[in-house]
Amino acid sequence: MSDFTFTIDGVEVPANKGQTILEAADAAGIYIPRLCWARDLAPGGHCRVCTVLVNGRPQSACTHPAGPKMVVEHDTPEIRAWRKNVVEMLFVEGNHYCMFCEKSGNCELQAMGYRLGITTPKYPYMFPQRAVDATHPDVMVDHNRCIACGRCVRASRDLDGKNVFQFVQRGHHVRVAVNAEGGLGRTNLSAADKAAQLCPVGAILVKRVGYAVPVGRRLYDVKPIGSDIEAKRAATPSGK
Amino acid sequence: MAKPKVATASLAGCFGCHMSILDIDDRILKLAELVEFHKSPINDIKKFSERCLVGIIEGGCCNEENVHVLQDFRKNCDLLISLGDCATMGGLPAMRNHVPLEECLAEAYLHGPTVHNPAKQIPNDPEIPLILDKVYPLHEVVKIDLHLPGCPPPADAIWEVLVALLNNKPIDLKYGLLRYD
Repeated sequence: MSDFTFTIDGVEVPANKGQTILEAADAAGIYIPRLCWARDLAPGGHCRVCTVLVNGRPQSACTHPAGPKMVVEHDTPEIRAWRKNVVEMLFVEGNHYCMFCEKSGNCELQAMGYRLGITTPKYPYMFPQRAVDATHPDVMVDHNRCIACGRCVRASRDLDGKNVFQFVQRGHHVRVAVNAEGGLGRTNLSAADKAAQLCPVGAILVKRVGYAVPVGRRLYDVKPIGSDIEAKRAATPSGK
Repeated sequence: MAKPKVATASLAGCFGCHMSILDIDDRILKLAELVEFHKSPINDIKKFSERCLVGIIEGGCCNEENVHVLQDFRKNCDLLISLGDCATMGGLPAMRNHVPLEECLAEAYLHGPTVHNPAKQIPNDPEIPLILDKVYPLHEVVKIDLHLPGCPPPADAIWEVLVALLNNKPIDLKYGLLRYD
C-alpha cells in the first residue's frame, strides 16, 4: 500500500514517503524525460530535463520528494518547450556528430531529441574545442560529446568507490576531469566499472565493442526513450 | 493548374541526401506527376527562371558560392527545406570548425602526407569560391522553414514531408523517420 497520493497532470499517483516525484511517476507508468538520472545512482538534478511544476513552482522531478496532495504539472506545452530548449542547448554547446558516433541509436541525448521532436536546435552551434582522452587501454573519453550529467562522477564515487571522475570549473565551463595527471590511463578505472557503463551519450566508451548492434536493432531505433516506463501504465487496468 | 515546382541543390554535402530523394523508388513517378523539378542537379537546370514552391537544400555553407546559391534559393522559393545533417548542423565538413582555417589549408596543401606541391601554393584564384572561416548550418545564413535531419534522412521521411506540404497537411513523422544518423 502507498503512504499517500498526489497528482501529475490530474492523474492520481500513489507514492511512499521518501520517494521522489520521478520515482513515483516511473512506478505509475508516467515517463518524465530525464538525462542525468540513472537507476542505482543518487539523483543529481544537473540536467533539468525532468523539470516539472510542483504546486506552480519549477522543480527537478528527480530530486524533489513526492508529498501528499502535491499538484504536479508535467506534460504541458510550456514545460515541453522548456525541456526542448534544455536539450537543444546541450546539442549546440557540445560537438554531437551522430552520423559517426558509435553510441548513435543507443544514445539517450539523441533519443531525447527524437522524443521531443527536435529537428534542429534553434540556437547557434558553438563548435567548442574539446579533447579526446584515449590514454586508457580499454576505455576512452570524448569530451566533445559530454553533457556534464555527472553520472560517471556519481557512479565512480558511490558505486565503484574510486573517484576517478570529478567536475572541474563552474557554470557553462564545467567539465569532467579525471583524478590523474596524464589522463584516464593513469587512473585505476576498469572497463567493468559502473562509471564506464553509465554514460548516457558517447562520451565514455568501452573500446572495441562499438557498432556491435546493427542499425534497426539498436535501443532507440524502434521505440522512443521512456516507452518501457509508459508500457507499465498501459498494462495496468486502472491506468488511463 | 500548373504543377508546383521543386528546386534542389547540394552545397557542402556528399549528394547522399539527393540519393535518398531518389531512394523513394517508384514513388518518384508519382512525385513527377505531383510536381515539376526546376533548378536541380537531377535535371541539370542551372538557373531559376520561375518561382518555386519548395527548395530542398543539402549540405552546409562552406564557401561564398554556397552562400550565393542559398540566397538565390531563398529569393526564388516559397519554402526552404534543409535536408540532412550537413544542412542542419554542418555535418562532417563542420569538423574543420575545430581547426583554424589557416591550419586546415596548410594541412591540405602544404604538410599533408600525400601532398605534392613544390611551388608551395595555396589556391587563391578569384575563380575559386572563397572558403568561409567555418562551415555554417543553413539556418545560420538564411531563414529556413523546415529541417529534416539525418545522414541521410530516410527516403520515407522525404516522401512524407513532400506529400504533406503538397497537400497542405501538417507534417507528422512517425517514430524512426526523425533521426540524426
